[in-house]
Amino acid sequence: MAAERPLLEVENLRTYFDTPRGILKAVDGVSFTLDKGETIGIVGESGSGKSVLVRSIMNILTSNAIIPDGSEVFFDGKDTRNLSRSEAKHFWGTQMAMIFQDPMTSLNPVKKVGIQITESIRYHLGASKQEAMERALELMVQVGIPEPRKRLKEYPHQLSGGMRQRVTIAIALACNPKLLIADEPTTALDVTVQKQILDLLASLQEELGMAMILITHDLGVVAGRARRIGVMYAGKMVETADTTTLFHHMNHPYTEALFKSIPRVEHQSHTRLDAISGRPPDMVLDLVGCRFAPRCRYAQEQCITDEPDLFDTGQTGHRQACFYPVGSPENAEALAANQATGITAAGLDLTAAAVS
Amino acid sequence: MAGTGKVHMRGTEALVSVEDLVMEFPAGRRAVVHAVSGISFDILEGETLGLVGESGCGKSTTGRAMMQLPSPTAGSVRFDGVEMTELSKEDLRRTRTRMQMIFQDPISSLNPRRKVKDIVAEGLSIWHNDAGDTAVQKVNEVLDAVGLDPEVVSDRRPHQFSGGQCQRICIARALVLDPKVIICDEPVSALDVSVQAQILNLLEEMKERYGLTLVFIAHDLAVVKNVSDRVVVMYLGKVCEVAGPDTLYAHPAHPYTDVLLASIPEPDPDHPVSDRQITGELPSPINPPSGCRFRTRCEKVQDLCSEEEPELREIAPDHFVACHFPNEVPVSVNGN
Repeated sequence: MAAERPLLEVENLRTYFDTPRGILKAVDGVSFTLDKGETIGIVGESGSGKSVLVRSIMNILTSNAIIPDGSEVFFDGKDTRNLSRSEAKHFWGTQMAMIFQDPMTSLNPVKKVGIQITESIRYHLGASKQEAMERALELMVQVGIPEPRKRLKEYPHQLSGGMRQRVTIAIALACNPKLLIADEPTTALDVTVQKQILDLLASLQEELGMAMILITHDLGVVAGRARRIGVMYAGKMVETADTTTLFHHMNHPYTEALFKSIPRVEHQSHTRLDAISGRPPDMVLDLVGCRFAPRCRYAQEQCITDEPDLFDTGQTGHRQACFYPVGSPENAEALAANQATGITAAGLDLTAAAVS
Repeated sequence: MAGTGKVHMRGTEALVSVEDLVMEFPAGRRAVVHAVSGISFDILEGETLGLVGESGCGKSTTGRAMMQLPSPTAGSVRFDGVEMTELSKEDLRRTRTRMQMIFQDPISSLNPRRKVKDIVAEGLSIWHNDAGDTAVQKVNEVLDAVGLDPEVVSDRRPHQFSGGQCQRICIARALVLDPKVIICDEPVSALDVSVQAQILNLLEEMKERYGLTLVFIAHDLAVVKNVSDRVVVMYLGKVCEVAGPDTLYAHPAHPYTDVLLASIPEPDPDHPVSDRQITGELPSPINPPSGCRFRTRCEKVQDLCSEEEPELREIAPDHFVACHFPNEVPVSVNGN
């Protein structure tokens, strides 16, 4: 098992977009690997580049996207970017499949659910209409849709949000992909339905042995679901570790800040939340230094001038990109220095941050 | 899941009291959607009332019915001693200036063609003479209060802002007429967790600064708990449980509250993912189940639940539940 090549290898992936305002560096040098049957969670705010990252992996980018040389994505030993059109056609669906945030917009409103599920089965597997319908029925049962036979003949608008997301999962699973990419699959859903969908994904993954990339902005969603987590900020991976290590030894101030901004049900009501002040940088600009420095409580001179690389922390598989990792003596010194002056080296007013 | 009871009402000192609110919509072919079926609650001045439940439980309809958007099918909404349902159109317009609303999707609730200063000032220009410096001053004051720099943002349009900033603009717009009550309908559901925290903190600050009374509608109990003084759990147009947020978390009495709590994703890998999951789908509000409306999805269901609708009753001080078989709650507990 150890000698086997990982299912997915992403090496220094960069995805830029040519926009009227200039080159937008949506993903700027991300590397990670994913083994067969493993789940990785990718966490970050809106605009951190997580969706572009997985779209680059799947090679479904818009025409103004530029992938500079040196970026590599290997899936099952093959470079996904050099696939010919005919190869690519059968690559999506049978090898990798994706589910999106909003199930209403990812389903065709004027086609019956059954047709939408059987479409890819007939196309990729060359099944007859009858066979495809039987497989669709099986899938509907597998994703837990009650009265599947009746539902196959219904339109998406006749289903609830949770049911629609189950249908998109059924479509994604139709051709037994090796990798399932779930891009914020539960963000548009209620908490109760979110739990149902996450439980469903976990059980399906176990049953089918798929690998999964789970994208979310909520650390709570990945905590119990992913084996490893990558935290992204402004197009870069800032911390990666296996889930337990990440939660017990958070090193990067951004990971810490994301974690602290979650309202916890154990806390007394009216507990003030530690919100992250400011917002992510404009990625059209040439960014110098650590990208999180303007919003970071610990920022020092070095953070503004030098860009930290991902480096190993000493714990296996735990890598992070901060000069003053949380929990280290340097970090405590940095915070003390900033608190003494009331302002960080990057100009974040700590006293105001405490009030606003 | 009856909720027809009124034992949890606190009498005359309430700023807003909603009694036996019923909201029904025709659904064609003589079918009727029972969106809200006889709920009652009251809100004291300066209090934040959380309304929590799944999509389709009638929480937004309740919020809108309080504003008479549209007027409820039956029941009463008293605001500051005035019966809202009986007001003439003109009086209603005047009363609504003191009751404002914030919606879920901040971007689509702002007119994309207008400048921020005009969006925020619109209420003022309708109600007062918008000429003169006082209006500009007021707009600048509220923009500043919600954490936006008036000089920078005044002449911009909504598309130049992120979701969180748009929500700040919506809050500024709601504040400009000095309302007493703000109804927040899922104000943070469309936002990232980091931005959500900013907005929740901001709402708390604004409540303090302007002496507001809030109605906070959301589906996430963790969010509701953070801001509320009292929480009403709703299911399919009925009230399940009413309690202080800390009591509700420590000792949920209703099986539905249990499920809601178990659904919150815990940011802790050592915390095992709960096996409790709500089964099945929300029943149709056109033909709601007899008796307790939650019975079709309840683990504890008995024959009685389909025969008799449970009434809200007090099971501990200031803790009310509408269930025939509630969880045991220590009576002496003082959760808040």
